[in-house]
Amino acid sequence: MNRKIFDAVLKGPSWLVTALAIFLALLVGALLILVSDPEVPGKFGYFFAAPGDALSSSWHAVAAAYGAMLKGAIFDPGTAGSVTEAFRPISETITEAIPLIFGGLSIGLAFRAGLFNIGGQGQLIAGAICACYAGFTLHVPGVLALPAAIIAGIAGGAAYGGLVGWLKAATGAHEVIVTIMLNYVAYLLLGYLIASDAFRDPNNPQPVSKPVLPQARLPHLAGDSLRVNAGLLLAIAAVGFAWWLLNRSTLGFELRTVGANQSAARTAGMSVGRTQIMAMLLAGGLMGLVGVSQVLGTANANNALTQQIDAGLGFTAITVALLGRASPVGTVLAALLFGALDAGGRAMQASAGVSIEIVTVIQSLIVLFVAAPPLIRAIFRLRGENGGTNTLAAKGWNG
Amino acid sequence: MTKGTGGGSLELRGITKRFGSLVANDGIDLEVRPGEIHCLLGENGAGKSTLMNILYGLYEPDEGQLLIDDEPLVVRGPRDAIAAGIGMVHQHFMLIPVFTVLENIMLGEERTRRGGLLDHARARRDVLDISRKYGLEVDPDAVVGGLPVGVQQRVEIVKALIRNARVLILDEPTAVLTPQETEELFTVMRALREAGHSIVFITHKLKEVKAIADRITVIRRGAVVGTADPSDSEAELAALMVGRDVRLTVDKPPAAAGAEPVFEVRNLTVLDESGRAVLDDVSFDIRPGEILGVAGVQGNGQTELAEAILGLRTATGTITLDGARLSGRTPRQVLGGGVGFIPEDRGHDALVESASVAENLVLDLYRDAPFGRHGSIDVKAVQDNAEQRVAEFDIRTTSVHAAVGTLSGGNQQKVVVAREMSRPLRLLVAAQPTRGVDVGAMAFIHERIVAERALGRPILIISTELDEIFALADRIAVMFRGKIVGIVPPETSRERIGLLMAGAHE
Repeated sequence: MNRKIFDAVLKGPSWLVTALAIFLALLVGALLILVSDPEVPGKFGYFFAAPGDALSSSWHAVAAAYGAMLKGAIFDPGTAGSVTEAFRPISETITEAIPLIFGGLSIGLAFRAGLFNIGGQGQLIAGAICACYAGFTLHVPGVLALPAAIIAGIAGGAAYGGLVGWLKAATGAHEVIVTIMLNYVAYLLLGYLIASDAFRDPNNPQPVSKPVLPQARLPHLAGDSLRVNAGLLLAIAAVGFAWWLLNRSTLGFELRTVGANQSAARTAGMSVGRTQIMAMLLAGGLMGLVGVSQVLGTANANNALTQQIDAGLGFTAITVALLGRASPVGTVLAALLFGALDAGGRAMQASAGVSIEIVTVIQSLIVLFVAAPPLIRAIFRLRGENGGTNTLAAKGWNG
Repeated sequence: MTKGTGGGSLELRGITKRFGSLVANDGIDLEVRPGEIHCLLGENGAGKSTLMNILYGLYEPDEGQLLIDDEPLVVRGPRDAIAAGIGMVHQHFMLIPVFTVLENIMLGEERTRRGGLLDHARARRDVLDISRKYGLEVDPDAVVGGLPVGVQQRVEIVKALIRNARVLILDEPTAVLTPQETEELFTVMRALREAGHSIVFITHKLKEVKAIADRITVIRRGAVVGTADPSDSEAELAALMVGRDVRLTVDKPPAAAGAEPVFEVRNLTVLDESGRAVLDDVSFDIRPGEILGVAGVQGNGQTELAEAILGLRTATGTITLDGARLSGRTPRQVLGGGVGFIPEDRGHDALVESASVAENLVLDLYRDAPFGRHGSIDVKAVQDNAEQRVAEFDIRTTSVHAAVGTLSGGNQQKVVVAREMSRPLRLLVAAQPTRGVDVGAMAFIHERIVAERALGRPILIISTELDEIFALADRIAVMFRGKIVGIVPPETSRERIGLLMAGAHE
């Protein structure tokens, strides 16, 4: 893997560039809203006859769509009467952000150790399978059921991630290849299991697992009508843990050193292989928590495993981690932004009739623009970050 | 384009370049006459490279003027510089490793026949002409990536000459060369001078300045502090360059004789991937308070020797320290057992450039008290340690939190030395302890090594700089092709050691 990619992500673009990237993505999103609007394109047909017509309908279409998005993600003034309703948008945003926080931390942690974990999908499916199995089979006393299912989920993800670390340390197998392959293994294993007698719900015509026992589900935090659940507390704990691990623990010191300069790490007496295994165990465990929050929480109404349990979160987590520069705090901010876009996107589709796919485009564009700071600087005519020109030429091939 | 091979005169007037609040060049005046070797002497970070990058059009000066042959010249990029007859050989070569010598030389200056076809025959003829004229031996068809650095440098010089460079800038050209290659370069430089070319030779090595320069301009902290004559003594040049008197010799009391060896290496052998012995049956002892210097041309097994002692390479044979076996242990056990290690390539093996000075100062100490406790790192202890070391070792940094990569080479090396000497040692292994380090830092590092010797520690110094070996060693072991071909007293003549380095047996 090219060192420069890791350095570029960890150093990251300036906050200004990030903010401008988000603004630019929303701008492009607005254009798409106009193009996909049933009426606006027609009005541009007679633009020169009555430009006001086209412009005002454009404004209304974009304002309606983004207005609905804001209402769905942050606050809807129309709900001032009811406290529960006023908090609903925030609850939705947080609910969408929780799995992205776990996932982003997982990718970020592996990234800091110099590992590109593309295996989030596999690890979260492994976590979901274990959490679900524990959740519907363990008839332990009520208070223990949830912790047992959570731990099972973490262990499942950690084992699946740790396997990758072990393969890399023992045989030198590249983690990108191994994780991609293991994603397929997990996906197909999931399909096999939910059709097997051990998992399958006999009362459901679809291949779906038995539902998780009620005492093993993540309890709602603010009443049953708001979706936000105890996954939020887990997420806060995970962020604190990841921050401590990276910045204040000896293991985190090893992890960062191995990630930045393997050869210096080895010379300083660190075991590169052991550190990589630990990094993948921890990354897998965090990804397992994505599975936990899905199956014990909000993936579907009856808390069961389905073939779609992953919801693509293992991949979205990569973009969240990139946007958050692989740091715990940055990851939380990026996850909240993506959560708000998801929650707002659904409201936008429901009330303004704009396709939710626009949100996916906006999310992708944000990452694209963030990944290309020179483009953003060119568009907004910002000065280069180091002021100098042509630094590559000045440093040369080996610089 | 101005053609012709005659020398050009070059003048810089009041060149100033700022990077933010840092003034890298402060009103620099410099005059290079036709047919002279003008030496630009300064410590690492004094602003030499910035100045040359301005001259080559890579940076734009904030103030000042450039004149060539008394005509004002505006250089907006390397293309302008080349057109004006300025050629540059960078410290890091600008060659494409997978291209042949000829292809690299033609790059950017492709000679074409009608129809846009590359005229290889003509280019080859030009290359051979130049190479014969100045003694720059190159094989036009060799692939650059496989050539020794000395030859790659020759390719760079040919590249500049084929573009009719009349003023040639050589940026620290000897940093990557062996003593023999340096001699060969000097021969070429003299031939170029005879032909009327002017050369700007950037360096911080005093011996070389005295050997080759016609005139010397010394810069310090971005400003010209004076001109000097090659007949001035090294001490005078060093004082001008560093801004204070510097001791160039190391005071060293005679070694304590008669003590029993505490560090013993027996029949140490390391095989490379293909099964060839890169370290071949090496045996030696070191007594307490003794410095054994390992001399030899780079690549004769010195690296492997150091790495085998540290446990970084699998080796056969035995290594014992204070009677306990060191061989077969992990690097962590070896370091934990009181071995200090200064690796030869600090950027690659000793430092994490993106990490802070404070973190680099505990890179192999973080596990143990007072820094690590129950898996947690005491940030306060790490910071206190850093502040103490920075003061004690005079490490010039804006803050202990600054990334170590932002420090100058000498200060980076001080970070490594400070870390490895900040705990009680039972053995010190130092490979190239002063590579790429300025005179001031070099004297300081040598003093610290001698201080460890005074404490009765056995010390192994590996260096390709014979001056360093002579300055420090109590006995000199010479390596050639993985073997120690002789262990001789420090009074041995340079010529004798040179012969051993070339493989003559005792």
